[in-house]
Amino acid sequence: MDLSFTDEEIAFRDEVRAFLDENLPKDLSDKVRVGGELDKDDMDRWHAILNAKGWLASGWPVEFGGPGWSPVEKHIFEEEAARANAPRIVPFGLAMLGPVLQKFGSKEQQDEILPRILDGSDWWCQGYSEPGAGSDLASLKTRAVRDGDHYVINGQKTWTTLGQFANKIFCLVRTKTDGKPQEGISFILVELDTPGIEMRPIKLIEGGHEVNEVFFTDVRVPVENLVGEENQGWTIAKFLLTHERTNIAGVGFSMKALEELKAQARRIKRGGRPLLENPLFAARVADVEIELEAMKITNLRMLYRAQTQGQPGPETSILKIKGTVIRQTLNDLSRRALGPAAAPFPSEEMFGNAALGEPEDVYAAAKYFNNRKLSIFGGSNEIQRNILTKAMLEL
Amino acid sequence: MDFSLTEDRRMLSDSLTRFLADKYAFDHRGKVAYDAPFHDPALWGEMAELGVLYALAPEKAGGFGGTGFDITTVFEALGRGLCPEPVLGTLMASKLLTAAGADQAGLLDGSRRYAVAIGELDAPYDLDNIATLAEDDKLSGRKSVVYGGNDADVFLVAARKGDALAVYEVTGTDAQVTGYGLIDGGGAAELFLDATPGTLLLDDAEAALTDALDAGRLALCAEAVGAMDATNEILLDYLRTRKQFGVAIGKFQALQHRAVDVVTEIEQARSITILAASRMGETDQSRAVSMAKTLTGRAARLVAEEAIQMHGGIAMTWEAAVSHFAKRLVMIDAQLGDVDFHLERVMAGYAA
Ligand SMILES: Cc1cc2nc3c(=O)[nH]c(=O)nc-3n(C[C@H](O)[C@H](O)[C@H](O)COP(=O)(O)OP(=O)(O)OC[C@H]3O[C@@H](n4cnc5c(N)ncnc54)[C@H](O)[C@@H]3O)c2cc1C
Repeated sequence: MDLSFTDEEIAFRDEVRAFLDENLPKDLSDKVRVGGELDKDDMDRWHAILNAKGWLASGWPVEFGGPGWSPVEKHIFEEEAARANAPRIVPFGLAMLGPVLQKFGSKEQQDEILPRILDGSDWWCQGYSEPGAGSDLASLKTRAVRDGDHYVINGQKTWTTLGQFANKIFCLVRTKTDGKPQEGISFILVELDTPGIEMRPIKLIEGGHEVNEVFFTDVRVPVENLVGEENQGWTIAKFLLTHERTNIAGVGFSMKALEELKAQARRIKRGGRPLLENPLFAARVADVEIELEAMKITNLRMLYRAQTQGQPGPETSILKIKGTVIRQTLNDLSRRALGPAAAPFPSEEMFGNAALGEPEDVYAAAKYFNNRKLSIFGGSNEIQRNILTKAMLEL
Repeated sequence: MDFSLTEDRRMLSDSLTRFLADKYAFDHRGKVAYDAPFHDPALWGEMAELGVLYALAPEKAGGFGGTGFDITTVFEALGRGLCPEPVLGTLMASKLLTAAGADQAGLLDGSRRYAVAIGELDAPYDLDNIATLAEDDKLSGRKSVVYGGNDADVFLVAARKGDALAVYEVTGTDAQVTGYGLIDGGGAAELFLDATPGTLLLDDAEAALTDALDAGRLALCAEAVGAMDATNEILLDYLRTRKQFGVAIGKFQALQHRAVDVVTEIEQARSITILAASRMGETDQSRAVSMAKTLTGRAARLVAEEAIQMHGGIAMTWEAAVSHFAKRLVMIDAQLGDVDFHLERVMAGYAA
């Protein structure tokens, strides 16, 4: 057994590092470092830089404009990008719809849509969840009824992440009401400026705006916008969900968060000493560091299996559960390290006022509350356990 | 043995609970808790008229209570109502004024708002490392996250005077006060003192400050118990009504057992808070309070995180009451000493 990267992998890592050193704009990495909210322009700018290098669609095969990386290379890139405080690559077009179209889309759909994802012409969002259909996605009610060469859509989607920046949405809709609920679902592409669509912001627990609800009233969509076959959407949905779960361990983000937590706990004084020297606090940091070290190897073991034996299986659910909890624990410790100094509501004036504290401190509590989402979305950790119970334990 | 409240306290609890439910309902809180002055000055006055503040001071100081159980009665109701009014500062100020034998009529009738400024950035919880200096009744230093300080008339400031700690009264208009809102609602301030004039209230104030801090800590435990009860009710209601896969999610055993753990932790927190309330004024007051703050801080975070998780996405929204209870429960631990600080205080007792 050899835990080290191969020479080629190390060379690749150095190349990625050098690229990030030279090309990641400092204003963007600063914003990411302190946990500030990125706007559309920030994310578009970073996508364009990566696209120019051919590194944007890290999971796509070469024929569609991807770099053709192995799972390990993809992992190295993600880890390095997180370490450098690069903005996260927005997943909806690149990590979700892209692979779906490559597998299920028509030639026309592939030719038209994939390049527009790469060059940033389109910003996609994901219309899966509904108020009554979360974990039980198959119970979704938004209807699409065929009328000549159009589908007419009525219903409501919710939790649409970054929908405020999007011009298109891919949706799961009900095209058949009898039979098993899974068998009457279709996957359809919708332009958000179609008449009858209304998007409303949802304010989150910490005060930010990243999700929306979307209402559809008699929205007419051309039949060509269907992906795959009518009523075969569930297969696509499941395929997409496994893609949603890749890089779900978020090892790179956690490594970064651990590094910053330690720096913070060295800077903060308690009882006249750096907090990191306090045995109780240090024990908490050590606990999560040990978990993270193990997680890194668990993650690599699963990547290795994917590389040598094809797609990873249900064990990715282990990554999701552990990975999200580790990140949440790190956020929690950072908030706790600050004590009452984490209590202020983060606002522009707080952020701009150096007298009131380090910028990264201002967002510590907001980050902790916002990241409670990690164990809820993309299939909650309870649902991941249900998956593991069936698929791995066969119980 | 008798775990029931006295008649007087039960009446106080009922009237405060009803008052908060009527006048401080969730909608109203949403309107006042997150915008300056981060509380409702008019309702502050009405609440004072109910006698809530008098319950926090002993008879000899003009109040009609002031015991551990008076404190827990008031704060449990405030926690249950998720009330952002700065009552904590009033309680702690009342303790200091009582120790000084000073007049506190204005404090008890609600006409003068007090904030207590002890914590500093590098010493948010403890008295040993206070750096604010007092020389010739002039104070210099910075007090950090002074709860209620954004809208206080008077600050009671802990400062180092020679080798000992002293408490000074500083008028709000004399100091530089930067107020702001808190992530869990309510307001606080940074207090910048630069040869700011103060009036000496207490010399050799360490014991009085510890007593005020302990009272505040007990209050926070009780507030947490009240907020945990309310959170648990919201959670159980949701588990019974939210349906996925054709059944109420409360039918999933994966959630049932965790909901039971939540209730167990709340009961443990309630018990240790009762214990601490009963030890107020005894020699082991500080130790009992630290035990309570440790267990309650841990339970409060568990209840908050589990309530969010078992709600799913809806608890991530601003609109849902549970998210605001969760924020308060998590942030309560950061006030007047967190889990680790108080665990250390309990552990320190083993050395003796
Ligand atoms: C910030 C955020 C962003 C999101 N972004 C998107 C997006 O862009 N697009 C999109 O389509 N969706 C998005 N989602 C929706 C997300 O996928 C759902 O919130 C998630 O699937 C959970 O559904 P729910 O919130 O309805 O919770 P529910 O399904 O109502 O679950 C409530 C609780 O019950 C538990 N539970 C449910 N069923 C079971 C079971 N069988 N066994 C045990 N426990 C169970 C859950 O784990 C949870 O704890 C987002 C959500 C959030 C919070």
